[in-house]
Amino acid sequence: MADSAALPMTASSARRTTPPWYLLVAPSAVGLAMVLPLLYLVVRAAEADPAQLASVVMHARNLLLLRNTLLLTVGVVAVTTAMALPLAWLVVRTDVPGRRLLTLLSVLPLSVPGYVMAFALLGLGGNYGLMARVFGLAVPRPSGYWGALAALSLYCFPYVFLNVRASLTGLDASLEESARSMGCRPRQVVLRVILPHLRPALFSGWLIVAIYVLGDFGAIALMRYEVFSYAIYTQYSGAFDRVYAAWLSLMLLALALIPVLLEGRLLNRARFARTGTGVARRTQRVTLGGWRVPALACVTLLFVASIGLPFGMLGYWLSQYPPWGELPRVAQAFLFSAGAAAPAALVAVCLAVPIAYLRVRYPSAMSRAAERIIYVGYALPPLALALAMVFFSLRAARPLYQSLPLLVAAYVISFLALAMGPIRAALLQAPRRLEEAARSLGLSPVAAFARTVVPLLRRGMLASMVLVFVIAMKELPITLLLAPTGYTTLSVAVFSRTSEALLAEAAPYAAAIVLFSSLFVGLLLRYEGRGG
Amino acid sequence: MHVLEVKLVSKRFADQERPAVDAVSFRVEPGEIFGLLGPSGCGKTTTLRIIAGFERPDGGIVAIRERNVTGLPPEKRKVGFVFQDYALFPHLTVLKNVMFAMRSVASAQREQYARGILCMVGLTDLDDRMPDELSGGQQQRVALARALAARPQLLLMDEPFSNLDAGLRDATRREVRLLLKAQGLNAILVTHDQEEALSFCDRLAVMNHGHLEQVGTPEEVYHHPGTPFVAQFLGRANLLSGNATGDSAKTELGDIAIRPHAHGPVLLSLRPEHLSLMATEKPEGAAEIVAREFRGHDVTYRVHYGGRAYLAHTEYTHSFFPGQSVRLVPREPAVVLRTVEAHAADGGREQ
Repeated sequence: MADSAALPMTASSARRTTPPWYLLVAPSAVGLAMVLPLLYLVVRAAEADPAQLASVVMHARNLLLLRNTLLLTVGVVAVTTAMALPLAWLVVRTDVPGRRLLTLLSVLPLSVPGYVMAFALLGLGGNYGLMARVFGLAVPRPSGYWGALAALSLYCFPYVFLNVRASLTGLDASLEESARSMGCRPRQVVLRVILPHLRPALFSGWLIVAIYVLGDFGAIALMRYEVFSYAIYTQYSGAFDRVYAAWLSLMLLALALIPVLLEGRLLNRARFARTGTGVARRTQRVTLGGWRVPALACVTLLFVASIGLPFGMLGYWLSQYPPWGELPRVAQAFLFSAGAAAPAALVAVCLAVPIAYLRVRYPSAMSRAAERIIYVGYALPPLALALAMVFFSLRAARPLYQSLPLLVAAYVISFLALAMGPIRAALLQAPRRLEEAARSLGLSPVAAFARTVVPLLRRGMLASMVLVFVIAMKELPITLLLAPTGYTTLSVAVFSRTSEALLAEAAPYAAAIVLFSSLFVGLLLRYEGRGG
Repeated sequence: MHVLEVKLVSKRFADQERPAVDAVSFRVEPGEIFGLLGPSGCGKTTTLRIIAGFERPDGGIVAIRERNVTGLPPEKRKVGFVFQDYALFPHLTVLKNVMFAMRSVASAQREQYARGILCMVGLTDLDDRMPDELSGGQQQRVALARALAARPQLLLMDEPFSNLDAGLRDATRREVRLLLKAQGLNAILVTHDQEEALSFCDRLAVMNHGHLEQVGTPEEVYHHPGTPFVAQFLGRANLLSGNATGDSAKTELGDIAIRPHAHGPVLLSLRPEHLSLMATEKPEGAAEIVAREFRGHDVTYRVHYGGRAYLAHTEYTHSFFPGQSVRLVPREPAVVLRTVEAHAADGGREQ
């Protein structure tokens, strides 16, 4: 339709109307479900008597935890940037062969969760590791800072890659050309045009990586690197000092929320996965020439580490110890994972639709706040959220303790932000006038929405559902703390076996996760291929 | 009984200082096609959206067939709306778009009824097309058919012809007008195109800065503009100030006839076609042609006289050229606009 210029006008006319009450149900429910458990976390922390409080809060170990947490976060951000920035540039702006395949391979590590990456790294070294057995090389087992850094960086760099790639793709070639015509040399163009343009994308990529690292539990626990979430878990599961665990959670929470509260808009724009329109425009590609071989060598090395390592490791264990006898139990664990992830995906989409609608149709400080709540939920360290849920259910809602609904609720709070993206994008494609037309033809607001907007939202809703489902399938810390007794999901199975050094026994479960998640990466690529 | 009565309707948007619609009142009579004409941003579309129920006015009353509908949601008003970009449902075929809402038709007959309406707007054999497979003109007809299918009491059209190219626009306008008249439908057309408003509407209201400047038939507002704005918006106009004494006034062009009667300082409007040119040999005290635009059936001249410019249309038989000395002679009485003081007061209010 010709009149796209009229869109902002109608959008601004929405500013003045107040939304109907039923649109406020979803954000209120999410807000309540998030704030209430956090209050219990505070209550629990406040139960410390003064003497205990002083020793807990002023504990010298807290400083060590803080230092380690920050070191790891900064380290992973730096390493992922060093990996993703050149890779994105290579794929978008040069004539490197096999760009489509390279893009796929760059995103594939997302299907290998941090704890599986740690599992693969752990299997590499040590007396019974792959290197010792196959190559006869004595390599020490990776652990501590470097092990955690490697595992998390190899898993996280696609997040930076996706954001940078989207930004590079969207960079107008004429900007660079005009800079060149004004006398800038290529290097100056990079410094003065391209990098400033990439800054927001880099920031949002870093923010996602930082949130992931702060919240990660699996990789750091397997690598035994003492950061906040590791300490929280050992306090909670081993030492049974719940008050100290609550305090540690609050500290981690404060740490994680600082960047989000400072700059929530960044998350708004951030890409969590390959969704949306991203067809590369025909820009002048840099000819690599003699640099082609070294570039391909670097890329190959990167993919050997990020994809070859986990897949090779899994293949090795599975060939050494055929998993056939274990398969029924793997299938059971898969069903457990899916049994929690599927309702979470469904609920997340049902909540994301009204919240996205509120945000798009009734832009106001209130609807912005509703959306912000969701991004805060995403930034909450999962372990802290899970612990808060435990305290809340033990004190206020005993029947919910270790029940499936509570697990699903925690998933929803944690992953609702992922569901927002595709739905919001689809909603922006459905102009307000379609609903107005239906209203003038005699339909009620709800009927008008159902018959004009919902048909246009279907694909966005499907994409959101797949996204949340797959992420929830891999989730570890929340599941570990909240799953009902005996409800052993794939992720819990991998973690518990790997932490007891039973790598061969963990392999079939890890393989199931990786296979399933790879399928999802393929799905998302197809979704994007059809024009998002 | 009026089909529509709009009484002192006002609307100010939260982020704007000036009201978008300021105490607007008018009535639409049965069988009438009514126009809301004005430049972009004058509040005409907002007025239309208030009538449809998409916007809620801050004050005033909207009554349809003497029933107050000010507080009613759009779906309860039985008002059809044709959007500027048509707003066809992209996921439905042409036929399904038209069948979207036909509560008054029994479900077994809906398809046949919809086909009938599509036929009426001149669309056949396109039933199974999707909206994006149609040309602009076809989309426009589907939008009209969809609105008519719900059997509205009143049809509102927001710039419905502006997305059509010029050749198609005239023909479509003519056909739609015939159709509305044949069906005896009441319609309100919003447009910024004065030619469209003059040729399409039975009566029209000229809006500026949120308020109504003048309501009347096309002939009335064209020949008897009430305000300087109306005079200049509906075609070109020469504005003169003068001192009136009954039937004539003393102006820069000398003593000229005016209508209606007036006394004291006045502002006058003289259309270019009401001003003729006479060749003169004496350059002193005469006007001078500064530009000439040949327009086929007539010629527009820009004439300098007494330090300001005037526009004059003459028939093709007369031919003057830039640099030539002429005399300006009014052929019709000049129209008295709102008096100078009233205009000044009004201007003050607008700022």
